[in-house]
Amino acid sequence: MSDPSNPAPGSSDADVTGAAANPVHPPGSVILEMRDITKEFPGVKALANVSMAVRRGEVHAICGENGAGKSTLMKVLSGVHPAGTYEGEIHFEGQLSEFNNIRDSEHAGIVIIHQELALIPEMSIAENIFLGNETAAGGVIDWLATRVKARELLARVGLDEEPDTKIRDIGVGKQQLVEIAKALSKDVKLLILDEPTAALNEGDSQHLLDLIAGLRSKGVTCIMISHKLNEIEQIADSITIIRDGKSIETLRVKEDGVDENRIIRGMVGRDLESRFPDHTPQIGEVFFEVSNWTVRHPNVPDRLVAKHSDFFVRRGEIVGFAGLMGAGRTELMRSLFGRSYGTYVEGTIVKDGKKLRLRSVSDAIDAGLAYVTEDRKSLGLNLLDDIKRTTVSARLQRITRGFVVDERAEYNYAESFRKSLRTKAPNVDEGVAKLSGGNQQKVVLAKWLFTEPDLLILDEPTRGIDVGAKFEIYGIIQRMASEGKGVILVSSELPELIGLSDRIYTIAEGAVTGVLTREEADQESLMRLMTRRTHGGSEATTLESA
Amino acid sequence: MDKVKKIFGGDTRQLGMIFALVALIIFFQIWTGGLTLTPDNVINIFQQNSYILVLAIGMVLVIIAGHIDLSVGSVAAFVGICVAIAMRDWGLSWWMGILFGLAIGALVGAWHGVWVAYVGIPAFIVTLSGMLLFRGANQYVGKSNSVPVSEDFQVIGGGYLPEVGFNTGYNNLTVLIGLLLAVGIIIGSLRSRRALVKLGADVEDAWVMWVRLGLICAAIIGATLLFGSGRPGTSFPIAGMILAVLVLVYGFISNRTVIGRHIYAVGGNRHAAELSGVKSKKVNFLVMMNMSILAALAGMIFVARSTASGPADGVGWELDAIAAVFIGGAAVTGGVGTVVGSIVGGLVMAVLNNGLQLKGIGADATQMIKGLVLLVAVAFDVYNKSAGRVSILGMIAKSFRRSGSDDDSDAPPPPSAATETTPVTETIRQSG
Repeated sequence: MSDPSNPAPGSSDADVTGAAANPVHPPGSVILEMRDITKEFPGVKALANVSMAVRRGEVHAICGENGAGKSTLMKVLSGVHPAGTYEGEIHFEGQLSEFNNIRDSEHAGIVIIHQELALIPEMSIAENIFLGNETAAGGVIDWLATRVKARELLARVGLDEEPDTKIRDIGVGKQQLVEIAKALSKDVKLLILDEPTAALNEGDSQHLLDLIAGLRSKGVTCIMISHKLNEIEQIADSITIIRDGKSIETLRVKEDGVDENRIIRGMVGRDLESRFPDHTPQIGEVFFEVSNWTVRHPNVPDRLVAKHSDFFVRRGEIVGFAGLMGAGRTELMRSLFGRSYGTYVEGTIVKDGKKLRLRSVSDAIDAGLAYVTEDRKSLGLNLLDDIKRTTVSARLQRITRGFVVDERAEYNYAESFRKSLRTKAPNVDEGVAKLSGGNQQKVVLAKWLFTEPDLLILDEPTRGIDVGAKFEIYGIIQRMASEGKGVILVSSELPELIGLSDRIYTIAEGAVTGVLTREEADQESLMRLMTRRTHGGSEATTLESA
Repeated sequence: MDKVKKIFGGDTRQLGMIFALVALIIFFQIWTGGLTLTPDNVINIFQQNSYILVLAIGMVLVIIAGHIDLSVGSVAAFVGICVAIAMRDWGLSWWMGILFGLAIGALVGAWHGVWVAYVGIPAFIVTLSGMLLFRGANQYVGKSNSVPVSEDFQVIGGGYLPEVGFNTGYNNLTVLIGLLLAVGIIIGSLRSRRALVKLGADVEDAWVMWVRLGLICAAIIGATLLFGSGRPGTSFPIAGMILAVLVLVYGFISNRTVIGRHIYAVGGNRHAAELSGVKSKKVNFLVMMNMSILAALAGMIFVARSTASGPADGVGWELDAIAAVFIGGAAVTGGVGTVVGSIVGGLVMAVLNNGLQLKGIGADATQMIKGLVLLVAVAFDVYNKSAGRVSILGMIAKSFRRSGSDDDSDAPPPPSAATETTPVTETIRQSG
């Protein structure tokens, strides 16, 4: 597969040896070096001679498409894959390190924060911070000391919450900060963050990035895995690019003048001329119109998640919905989709001149609506199922005679969608759990296209999907529009909204605050509308963290 | 090994269970000196366990949907006593008794279903309550007495296929059914193969199909002759016929019908199912109701076989049924399991029980052995699925492939090409 003796081009072997010999550890010296790491799973080589060096006190980003091997590399580093199960050497603080488990690596000062936060919702912030590392004498926890220390740590990460607050009562952004506080409590020297901002809105993301920069100035070295290239460009000092399990290059952001396009080129191995496929909109009549749509929160009766919202969609039009996290975009869409969220208060949906009463998801599907959820794994897919069964699952009656599923038709449809959407899978009997994020998303799209919808609501359709697959998904979205369907695109990535949408509505606190055409929309104007305060109902959603 | 896998289909878990069952039968056949595979003993195994297997069919659907039903033993006993008394006191005929029993089962199931599906109480609690409730109801209705049932009713539990036609030395009806079944399976295989070819899908090599059909037909004919050559007056038991029909019907329902798909969908990911238009409450209701109907049937079969309904009928059945389902490869978390797998799992327990009995092993040791078998079977399953490990069968297959010549899977650099190391590719996907 690759030349075993050759470390990745661009990795800085030269200054590594020099630094390892230096006992004083000045800033800029190498704190971590991974040499020729090869990790094989039976039948598959996940990492092939990956080498990288991280300097003390820098933020070092690792970029690569999904499946490139980033997380595997971090699992090797943190001892999740213990020493002996991989080839190659890890030198941390100038010493050859062989970690057998996470405890070993934490002991050495390496702490990893995973994408899925490892916090226990029913326990308090303080309990979570010191979980497994309790301040205790003879097995009895000293709660006073725990709270005092927790408070100090919370102050360090800039989180204004009581240590006794339960995790489930704070938002994801704050939870992320608790994770970092937990890492700091362990006297961390090297902090690894796996997609730290994936679930955060722009405000929270910025706060987190500022915090990382603050930690850097206090001498904490960070490794950050992220798909958000603008964030990497903003904060990283160095970038190691991994592709197909090999380290391709290490870039110095300042010295090399790295920008997003440069990173993308490294990740995909070619230039991506355009981030969006060419598309000429063919926009027809208004066919879907929502007016005065008002919905209550399912559990908090006096809170409105959608407030008197009006909007419409034309045939062949891609309509974007922009809003900060918690603004109520998902809630609005799901309430439209057969009342699958919240309690209906008032409002009407008119489609093709007819008023619709959608009381259940199956009503909505029958009426020609489709909703692709933002949370693919927990709401969009049954991960135990295979491609063909998933493809037909949202409208089984299309291929049933009586109650019996026509397996021949099922196979035919699944196969034709696999081909037309170019889903990478050996065949349609493959389990969806085995597919990459991008291909899973294509299966979800196939499932909804199979219902023959007129209006396709896409909620964060490219979340967690790598650059190449994103481009393909964009193409699919545009093709749907060209076929005369209406598309609603909900996205947190403003460039994506601006690049694809013909019109963009902005939402804040559950209400539509504005609409911009393709020509008018840019990041600034959208941001202004997205943060516009609505009147009435001060109890409504607010930004989750300051 | 690859050839063996091809012949039996790719499902490692099911394959493992079938192998385990065959190995167990051979083991006991040798250990008991040929007592296991005698007509009388095989008939006995079926009659003694048919009601547990009937329960296992319902239970696997409940478990696939992500629930559990602890009440089945009590429900069976309750229905049994109601039917026995209704036939004795109201003079219901045997078939009216059966319908009456199924109706009570449906009512009981609706009771459970409402609480589980519409009120949202976990099935564990609802059916634990049902277990106490209907045990008590059984003793209340029957005043803790035994109530005998008529002879024509006893047929469904203790009866056999009748003798028809001239004397061939075998039970003609049993042999006829066996032959029809074999022919049916051959025709079915050929048809589905033809359909697949038409679709342009990959089909297995012809020899694979024929070897498999040969093995299946040999097994069917062997079993037919075994059942058909018992003591005069015995043949394939009626309870076995009921079971066979249920396996076919429920196997079809779970695989090929809308409600079947919905059960798997709800158990696999309820939220995703709901957002795909599945009415998960309805599915949960139907699954719980169906379980109690089958429990009613199982209770009646048992009463018919033991000729009377008693206050201690059905004690501990729920555990046997649940064990059968989990040995048969279902997942505790729901979404996974098959009807056939559960039957095989139930038969493993049945053969084990029977063999140990034949050897005169005490009930104490038998229970301990059964307990360990359950644990080992599920542990094997968990081990197979756990991340980063190759399945044992996969390992064996691999070693065969290295030494052997039939390397049919090419070099596997892309993860998707590694077909049988499922857990591994999954790990890589997650870590990538």
